[in-house]
Amino acid sequence: MSAAWEVVIGLEIHAQLATKSKIFSGSPTAYGAEPNTQANLVDLGYPGVLPVLNKEVVRMATMFGLAIGATVARRSVFARKNYFYPDLPKGYQISQLELPIVEHGELFITDANGNEKRIGVTRAHLEEDAGKSIHEGLDASSGIDLNRAGTPLLEIVSEPDLRSAKEAVAYMKKIHTIVRYLGISDGNMQEGSFRCDANVSVRPMGQEELGTRAELKNLNSFRYIEKAINIEVERQIDLIEDGGKVVQETRLYDSDRDETRSMRSKEEANDYRYFPDPDLLPVEISEEFIEAVRATMPELPAAKEARFVDEYSLKGDDAGILTASRPLADYFEAVIAATDAPSQIAANWVIGDLAGALNRDGLDIEDVKISADELAGLVNRIHDNTISGKIAKQVFEAMWEGEGSADDVIEARGLKQITDSSAIEAVVDKVIADNPGQVAEYQAGKDKLIGFFVGKVMQETKGQANPGQVNQILKDKLQS
Amino acid sequence: MSLDKEQVHHIALLARLKLSDAEYAESVEKLSRIVDFVDQLSQADTTGVVPMAHPLDAAQRLRPDVVTETDNRDRYQENAPAVVDGLYLVPKVIE
Amino acid sequence: MMDMHLQTMTELAAGLEKGDFSSVELTQTLLDRVAALDDRLNAFVTVTAAEALLAAARADAARAAGNVGALNGLPIIHKDIFCTRGVKTTCGSKMLNNFISPYDATVVEKLAAAGAVVLGKSNMDEFAMGSSNETSFFGPVRNPWDLECSPGGSSGGSSASVAARFAPAATGTDTGGSIRQPAALTGTVGIKPTYGRVSRYGMIAFASSLDQAGVITRSSEDAARVLGVMAGFDERDSTSIDHPVPDYLATIGDSIKGLRVGIVRQHFDAGLDEQTGARVKAAIAVIESLGATTVEVDLPNIDLSVPTYYVVAPAECSSNLSRFDGVRFGHRAENAEDLLDLYCRSRGEGFGDEVKRRIMTGAYVLSAGYYDAYYLKAQQVRQLIADDFKKAFADVDVIAGPTAPSPAFKLGDKVDDPIQMYLNDIYTIGANLAGLPAISVPCGFVNDMPVGLHLVGPHFGEEVLLRCGHQYQQQTEWHKACPEAFQ
Repeated sequence: MSAAWEVVIGLEIHAQLATKSKIFSGSPTAYGAEPNTQANLVDLGYPGVLPVLNKEVVRMATMFGLAIGATVARRSVFARKNYFYPDLPKGYQISQLELPIVEHGELFITDANGNEKRIGVTRAHLEEDAGKSIHEGLDASSGIDLNRAGTPLLEIVSEPDLRSAKEAVAYMKKIHTIVRYLGISDGNMQEGSFRCDANVSVRPMGQEELGTRAELKNLNSFRYIEKAINIEVERQIDLIEDGGKVVQETRLYDSDRDETRSMRSKEEANDYRYFPDPDLLPVEISEEFIEAVRATMPELPAAKEARFVDEYSLKGDDAGILTASRPLADYFEAVIAATDAPSQIAANWVIGDLAGALNRDGLDIEDVKISADELAGLVNRIHDNTISGKIAKQVFEAMWEGEGSADDVIEARGLKQITDSSAIEAVVDKVIADNPGQVAEYQAGKDKLIGFFVGKVMQETKGQANPGQVNQILKDKLQS
Repeated sequence: MSLDKEQVHHIALLARLKLSDAEYAESVEKLSRIVDFVDQLSQADTTGVVPMAHPLDAAQRLRPDVVTETDNRDRYQENAPAVVDGLYLVPKVIE
Repeated sequence: MMDMHLQTMTELAAGLEKGDFSSVELTQTLLDRVAALDDRLNAFVTVTAAEALLAAARADAARAAGNVGALNGLPIIHKDIFCTRGVKTTCGSKMLNNFISPYDATVVEKLAAAGAVVLGKSNMDEFAMGSSNETSFFGPVRNPWDLECSPGGSSGGSSASVAARFAPAATGTDTGGSIRQPAALTGTVGIKPTYGRVSRYGMIAFASSLDQAGVITRSSEDAARVLGVMAGFDERDSTSIDHPVPDYLATIGDSIKGLRVGIVRQHFDAGLDEQTGARVKAAIAVIESLGATTVEVDLPNIDLSVPTYYVVAPAECSSNLSRFDGVRFGHRAENAEDLLDLYCRSRGEGFGDEVKRRIMTGAYVLSAGYYDAYYLKAQQVRQLIADDFKKAFADVDVIAGPTAPSPAFKLGDKVDDPIQMYLNDIYTIGANLAGLPAISVPCGFVNDMPVGLHLVGPHFGEEVLLRCGHQYQQQTEWHKACPEAFQ
């Protein structure tokens, strides 16, 4: 990318709220049901039916507003966005325009230089999702499934504060973490419960005025967002450098061809004729309601990270990694609660072997095969020198395979560390006696041979001798 | 005429209404009269008046997050003109 | 009983109670009348004879068992805008000519629970858009007082049915006068309650912020009886108000001595037919004779109520009617080339001229570049009009005037002039814009055609309107007159 251009990105994230029923009707919101079996008369837009707002969505939006330091509107208004599309049964989407429920929030990401950067959140508003169209296997027709119609969405709109695809992804991950921490969305991107549109433009470096933007629709994975934005930025720069002009339009990212292309169908007659929905009254939120929600707020990722650094003295990025998801952080804290070992040892195990095993088996922390208590048991045996760190890896694998607790595995496999000095001395004596040549070389000044002797001792003890003791005894005996 | 044929075409497209040529001609004339009639509103001094969206000064009531309905697809689809495997059919939507 | 059809609900209830006749007998009598006479009026879209007789038999059985609802065994008719489960619900439109509702409107549920027997669904202006019943896909309804004339609209099938003694009561809906104007034009009583008083759930929406269900009867007392059942909070309608429903019948006999009656000067100016004005003034004099006092009140912005309405109502209707797209229910064009063609032709074929006109007007006033000048402006003027009423009700208990500018006009007279048609609702629209309750009570005849007295009350003032109407009807016989051909 040319250094002469500055990229400007704003994201509109759609987070599906994790309610049991829909935003305006009592239909279930579960994913994956048979077509149209979760669409009632309200969702179908039958003549005569009316919407009634779900209390839970108001609580969830309030919680999100508080989490990003935003203003939660004491009065917000639903409006109708009018357009015809088969997945939109009423011919209008109930959304919020002029008075959204959340405004003026912010959060912080780390930019390319490692500095903290503020990203403004213009607004977050409540709206209903549309259904979906199915095009396969129906010849000249499309089939409409309205199960998703009326599912509650929180649309989170950022300021155009993002300056690269990487920043956009970092911001989106932050929002993703927050909504999952709050428990207001499952954030499942495969199922479409967390997706975004990106407004992308470029301008000559130093120019105040924004360039013409294109809107990239329906980006539903972190990888695609980054790729789609980069491709679109390239397209715009190439276009302008070739003397062309960016047109304000909606574009779709095609991951197969790795290109964005214009969605002309969306452009035609793009006049949504918004007006306040006369079927719904203004939503009024009291100070008491906001305070009650505030009282139930969980600790948020940034605060938790700071506390982890403070409380557990973790090194480097460990606190950040452990707080990336609430279940992971909770797991770590449960391990800490069950061990007296230094927190860093527990952190190393959670971030290292445990995360590795989860990743290898494609599991989430919720499906972990070793409970926090069990992992603490393993950490305890390392800490009290029952086993070495190296043996512990073997024990961990056995525990993962379901062979029982750390103690069970150590016992069954006879892995208990040898800490009895006289036992170790006997082995050391034997190794010295068996290798007179290497002893002579060592004593002549070839210090590096210490590794050879340690290896021999560990071999003899099947790795169960305490490495610190082995080192010390070897050095003492070889010098004499 | 305060509306011309082109405007009426645009409005008819926005509203997804197919009109015959005769209907277009009539619509231009009648819609123009209606628009001229409602233009009286411009006489009113509404400086500082808050627009009234609703006849009652009340707040939205909230319902509990409870699933109240199970599958009634078959009954609801009795009115549907074209259904296959539980899907409502429309001419192919191309994107 | 020879004259069951001539009796009011109150009289019929007494007859049923005494065992003079059964609900089955009553229902059969009225169904026979409909079968014999409705060809002249075209007041029904659907007659539900079998269901009605079944309901009547159930009502008789319930009475025998001692369980009696407030309307047990009493016949009513529903305007075909109310969804009725398992029964065709057309809203007067080709669009819904094939539509069988899978559910009951709240109003339908409540009346059924009270034991009412539904004879059928009444004809109406298409989607309630009209003041003459001429926009119905099923043809115009005729006025029983003169078959050449309109019975008013949009609840014209309901008003004609009650006037023709097909039933003692029929439900209606009123967005700009659609209960009261047809009541006035047919010599019946029509009440539109406070916005939010009756649930809108299951009532096919025309303009959501203006629509309100009510009832057409022959006496205020009957209106009180039916409204008491229809009214009340409904958790399925966010705009329904959780406010206790008074016992309207309990106070209807109370005196109106000391009642302050407001008279709006503009309501008696050039737009009003002189003789109609004279009947209304005479009616107000009767009310004064009962101890009420009159006060002149000013509604400075009321002249703008019709243009305000013709922005707000079309705007809301253009959006409300978008759901009729030929996909899930309703008329679908054949052999559509593509999606756009399916939409445009299904809607183009399914909707009639007036509905299309209002949808287009609404799309226009909401569209980019015109929203502020029309829609927002209309909402501001609506506020001014509502404020005017609020000020007026600080000094008066009701506002009295004419319901419509003239008696019933000839079918075909105004059909080509939308503005003339719209002006028929000039006195009634204000109540819808402000969400106020209002009633029309028969107050005499001009050239043998009935005219109505219009009373508007403050929010939740149904009780005073019904009482005032009843006290007036105790002094007058206008509502007892029956069109000659329907005696």
